[in-house]
This record gives sequence, C-alpha cells and structure tokens, in this order.
Amino acid sequence: MNSRFEPIRSTPTVDSGRLTPRQNHEGPLPDQVEQKSSVGPGVGGVTGMVSEKTSESALGTQADKVGLDLEAVGWSATEQKREYPVYEPGEPVALFVPCYIDQFYPQIARATAELLTWLQVPVEFPSRQTCCGQPAFNSGYWKEACRVVHHFCETFAPYRWIVCPSGSCTAMCRVFFRHLDADARIIEIGQRVFELTEFLVECMGVGDVGARFPHKVTLHIGCHTRRELRVVEPPLELLRYVEGLEYVELPNMEECCGFGGTFSVKMPGLSMAMGQTKVENIIRSGAEVVVSPDISCLMHLSGILRRHPQGRNIRCMHIAELLVAEE
Amino acid sequence: MEAAPPETLRPGPSALMQGARFVKELTRGLAEPGQFGSLAQSAERSSKHNQQLIAAIPYFQSWREQAHQIKRYTLANLDKLLEEFERKITARGATVLYAQNAQEANEYLIRIIQDHHVRTVVKAKSMVSEEMELNHVLESVGVRAVETDLGEFLVQLAGQRPIHLVTPALHLSAADVGRLFQEKLGEPFTQEHAALTQIARKHLRRYFLEADLGISGVNFAIADVGAVCLVENEGNQGLSTSCPRVHVALMGIEKLIPSIRHLPVFLNLLGRSGTGQKLTTYTHLIYGSTPGRKLYVIVLDNGRTQLLRDPKTWTALFCIRCGACLNACPVYRRVGGWAYGWVYPGPIGAILTPQLVGLQEAGKLPFASSLCGACGEVCPVKIDIPHQLVHLRHRAVEEPSPVRSWPERIVWRMWAWAMCHPWMYRLVMRVVRLGTRLARFLPWHPGPLGAWTRGRELPEVPPGPDFRSWWKKHAHELKIFPSNLPPETPRS
Repeated sequence: MNSRFEPIRSTPTVDSGRLTPRQNHEGPLPDQVEQKSSVGPGVGGVTGMVSEKTSESALGTQADKVGLDLEAVGWSATEQKREYPVYEPGEPVALFVPCYIDQFYPQIARATAELLTWLQVPVEFPSRQTCCGQPAFNSGYWKEACRVVHHFCETFAPYRWIVCPSGSCTAMCRVFFRHLDADARIIEIGQRVFELTEFLVECMGVGDVGARFPHKVTLHIGCHTRRELRVVEPPLELLRYVEGLEYVELPNMEECCGFGGTFSVKMPGLSMAMGQTKVENIIRSGAEVVVSPDISCLMHLSGILRRHPQGRNIRCMHIAELLVAEE
Repeated sequence: MEAAPPETLRPGPSALMQGARFVKELTRGLAEPGQFGSLAQSAERSSKHNQQLIAAIPYFQSWREQAHQIKRYTLANLDKLLEEFERKITARGATVLYAQNAQEANEYLIRIIQDHHVRTVVKAKSMVSEEMELNHVLESVGVRAVETDLGEFLVQLAGQRPIHLVTPALHLSAADVGRLFQEKLGEPFTQEHAALTQIARKHLRRYFLEADLGISGVNFAIADVGAVCLVENEGNQGLSTSCPRVHVALMGIEKLIPSIRHLPVFLNLLGRSGTGQKLTTYTHLIYGSTPGRKLYVIVLDNGRTQLLRDPKTWTALFCIRCGACLNACPVYRRVGGWAYGWVYPGPIGAILTPQLVGLQEAGKLPFASSLCGACGEVCPVKIDIPHQLVHLRHRAVEEPSPVRSWPERIVWRMWAWAMCHPWMYRLVMRVVRLGTRLARFLPWHPGPLGAWTRGRELPEVPPGPDFRSWWKKHAHELKIFPSNLPPETPRS
C-alpha cells in the first residue's frame, strides 16, 4: 500500500462504472466547471454577503462610496479555485468530532482517526470539544451560537490543523463564523478547519489510501459541502482509487436531500418529501451503498431507506468508514 | 375628486396571513404524492435547461458579477438616479408619481382612472400590481381589469393567484386550461396547445381594442436616457401599452439601472435565467408619451427604503424577478408559490416578503428552507439568498414575530450552556443516547422526536461507548509506524 503525495490538478470524470483514471482524462466536464464558479470557500461561500469591495461600514453611507467600475470586473470573472495550504508531514492534527458523530456514529470518528494515523498524521483529540454551534445558528439563536463558537475557538486555538469528518460542520466553522463574530481571531480559527476528504486530497495530496471495497457505490455530497465549501472533487478522487469499487452516479445529485438540520423536524413533511425523492434516485442508481462526506444527510436518508421496501438493503456509510473498511 | 374608501385600497391582510399556512396545511400531506407533481417537473426541467444554456457561455459568471456591481451602484445612488430618470422621462411628456405604499399607489391609479373616464383596463404582467392587489381595487371602483399575459389570464379566469414569478400558471396542465376555457369562456374542450392559444388570442384581442387604459410593469427603468424597458414573449405588453390612450407603468424603486449601456447585461441574464431564452421575443423601450396619449409612471416604495437600510440584506433589492431561484429551490418545487402567502414566492420571496410586509406577518418564511444554497448559486445578480435566510431567521427570533418564543429560547440557552461545559455535554448526550435507544419502544413520540419518526427511523446507536470514551482507552493503540512513511516526493 502506498500513498500518493502529489497535488491534484484535474477534475475526475464521473461516468458511471469504474471511475476513469486521472491520466486518461481530457479536460474538466462543463457542469463541473460551472460548479467551481463562485468565490472560494471561506472567502465568500456561495456569494459573499458583503463583498470584499464594500465593507459594512461603507454601507451606512452608501451613497458616495460605492463606485461603479465595470472594467475592474472585466470579462473573465470566473472565480479562482481556492488555494489550499499544504500539510507538511508530521504536523499534529486536531480531530473535531461533531456531537452527533461522537454519540450516534462513533465508528466514523474512529475510522477517521485510523485513516489519518495510517497516513502518518499524528492525530490529537482535544477533549474539551463539544459542538460548532450550527444548530443554534441555523435556528436564528445567534447569541447562544456565539457562546458555543467561543468555546470551540478556545478549545481549538492551539492547533494549526483541525480536521472534521463532516462537511456541514466544517462549513459552519469556515463560512459562518464570520456572521456570528467579526473578531479576526475567531474567523482565523474557523479557517483552520478542513473537511476530511478535502484535507486528504487538497492539503495532503493523497488520492490512494489503499482501500478495497468491492461494491456498487454511489456518492451523495451534502449541500454545505458542495455549495459553501465547494468540495466536490475530493470525495470522488478518493473513491476513484478504491480497489474493486464500482461507482454509479446518483441521478440529480445536486439536489438537496431535505435534512437541513432543524428543518427536518420543524417542517417534517417537506423534509420527508425531499428525502423521498433522493431515496428514489438512490434506488434508481442501483447502488448497494450510499457514501457521503456528510453523515447528517445520511442519518436522514437511512431513516427513510429503512422504511422503504426497496431501499431496506441499501447501506449508508460515511466515506471514512468506506476507506478503512475491510471487505 | 372623491377618493374610494381606504379599506378597499389597502392590500387585504388575509392575503398576508397565509404565511402561516406554510407549516400547517401545505406541508402536512407532503410525504404523500404531491398535488403539484407537474409543477415540480416543469420547475426542475426549466432549471436544468437554464443551467445548460448558462454552462455554454464562458462569460456568464462575469455578467453576473457585472450585474451585481451595477445594481450595487444603483441602489447606493438611488436618490440621484431616480431624479435623473424622472427629469429625463418627464421632459418627453410622461408623469412620474411617487407612492409611499400600495394604498397611495392605488389612490393615484384611481385618480387617473377617474380623470380619463376609464371603463376597461388591460393589464400586462406586473408583480408590483400584485403587491397593490390592483385587480380587487379596480373591481371595487367598478372598473374591469383584464390580465393579458396568457398565464395571468388563466390564473385570473380560475380565480387563483400566480404560482410563479415568471410563469404564473405553471401548475395548470393543457387539459386544465381546456376545461377552464370550456367552463368560463364557453369554448369547446381541447388540449392542443395551438388551439388553446388561439382561443386566448381571440378573447384577448377584443379587450385590447376596447380598453381605455393599459397597465404594465417595468423590467428596467433606465436613468440616463429616461426610458422604461419591458421584456415579454407574447406581444401582449406591446398591445397593452400602445392600444389604449393611457398607459400606466408600475415600478418598484429598485427597478432602475444607471445607463442604457448597462441594459444588455441584464437582458442577457434575464432571458437566460428566467425562461431559458437567449433573449425574450420582444424588448420594448418606452421613452415617453406620444402626442395625444398619456404615460404615467408610478414609482412604488412599499417598504423598500426600509429594506435598503439593512446592510446585511439590502442586496435582496437587486432582484430582477427572473424566477431562477424558484425553479432551483427544492422547497418551492414541492409546495408551489401560494404557500409563501404573498406576491413573491420561492427563496426570494422568503427574504423579500418578511422585509416588505414585516416579520410580524411573515416571520416564518425564512424557516421554509433547508439552506441548501441552490438559489444563491443560480441567482443572476448574485443575491446571497441562503445567508440572508439565516440572517432573517436571526431577526425573526429577536424581533416580534410568530416564531419568537420564550420556551424555545430557554431551550437554546440551556443548550448553549451545556455545550460550553464539556462535563454537562457528556451528561446531556448520555441522556440523548439512551433516549434514542429507548425511543423505539415508546408507543408515541412527542414534539420534534415525533416529527422525525413520522416518516423516518431514528439512527441506530451502536452498542459501544461514545467516541471520546473510546479515545481515552484506545488512543495509544493508534500508532504511526515509520515503515509506512510514504516516499519523499517533491511538491510542485
């Protein structure tokens, strides 16, 4: 088993069947170029709430301060891909295990720790960690969320690298912290958090982790991972090197699964209706296993799958579990 | 002149209160096959189609950014630009009237109707007129208003409200339309598209020729030349604005763009994002009134200035009403436009409505989203809808609104306290774990738990301890074996 330590450059092709190796790949698919469109993660998410050009204070007296310079925008404003920092071998990494993974899916956190250790990464687990504050933030209780964010930052302040096996919680740290507290220190700590697959592929340059998983697998990427973090390629990249894995694309893969945190219990009917569509698509894809970098989506989807006559036997797995699975 | 009683001029609160229906009626039966199957399909189809069209254009992202910057500039300089627009268009014989709210706009309109002795009105599509509840108001003063946009015409015949910003009758199938025409117009039933269009055309043509007043919306008001730009596909706007003696154009204050040089960017974006066309069939530029005819432009504020003051959400006013976010929104696709309770449906409605009519009325709307971000991704003027939704949720729980509740706040306070104290976190989580394990044996699940298990199984909690306990015992087993170290490869 050998790991590849080289940065990823091209987009993997996502045809059904075994993922085609990178070398044979001609160029990025149009729809994937489209997905890469917005400002990089952490900088602006989907689109910055207040763009860099105009700070909030300027908006107070908007009138004379906002100029119109279309030349500056130019005709090639396709945004740059985010520049990832490079992980140097031997640097310690703090594991941030979101609360629901800690309690309901400890095996995922275990798989993450094992995987990182296998890749020569010294893993630490700050024992005072609790939650990133996302549930309160999304429910509108920002003051309460802010307190939790401060606790998070205190806990993780000593670490340069923070890795989290959940895209949604990572998005909270990297994109949403700035809405809660404009303190530069808080925002900076948020920027140190990386989703597991993006850390492996983008920061470490790993593609092949030596996994073997002879099953038909489809991939679901959570909306926060896809649209806020813009992490789409890393999970595909990792799956591509898994021995024996047959990849099938999920029809309509961009559509939301309907989990949405507290949305799933505040508007259960809607959440269910969206989940049903997703589940139908999963069944249509013919996969035996649904894998995702976001177990929160899968918590919702597996709940529906288990009640579905045709979906009962479809397994839901976090990508870390798949990568360490011995099957 | 005699003003009509104010009650009839004010948009009815009944229309607004439907915001609450979102959670009550419309989401309840949704796990069952939806009533809006065709809506979901057409919205999805058109969303996909738009994306394909957009993907073919390398400039599209820069157009979006340019449009965003133009709107940013416009709204920051709105006072000057509005004055300039008024000066230029008035010089060519138009009259510009400013209305604070819908009631004032209705009063202006009724005065115009009385001054010109209007009996019949033809209306082209206008969202602002929906804000004013114009059809009801006109009815109350005895004037018949006929919608001439085919979709709006159907919706008006059916006695419904538009379900979509751009395609108001998206929920009606051809067969529905055939039955509607049979019932309301006495035409023989057909479900052929061409035949249905001919029927509508036959009936509408008569109204165009009869009408004394034409009402239209405004897509873009161009400040530097003083012109009003209208885009359409059917030709009804051209007829509505030119056949009758008097033309009233209704616009929100945010419809301005600084210069005609900026128009192409918006036309490119609007057609592609709205209906998946490179350009709409007709683009009208109205520079003023011709001799013997009158042009009035009613500029409506209706809460927009208030919205402009909020530095976090003022970009919601950039909206050009293309409907791309509706088509992309998984929530909209399932509940349709009526669930949003007011004029503007979909994600953009969820951020505009609470700010235009107040959180008190529509505080629930920002919660009607899974925050998937599909809307922000497709918005042609780059309105950051998903982040604004969260911001409005925050405002909704802080300010008086139907979602503000003390019990919930106390729960979150306690949650925050527990999350700041690791020992408390462990205790709470132990209870949650135990609860999740035991819940399957309970005959009835209360509150959020019941909401979850109505259609889903709870997660299966594995028998072992939680991760942090495992880590304490087993962390030392995770060792880095030097033999595994990867070969040193130079990074490029």
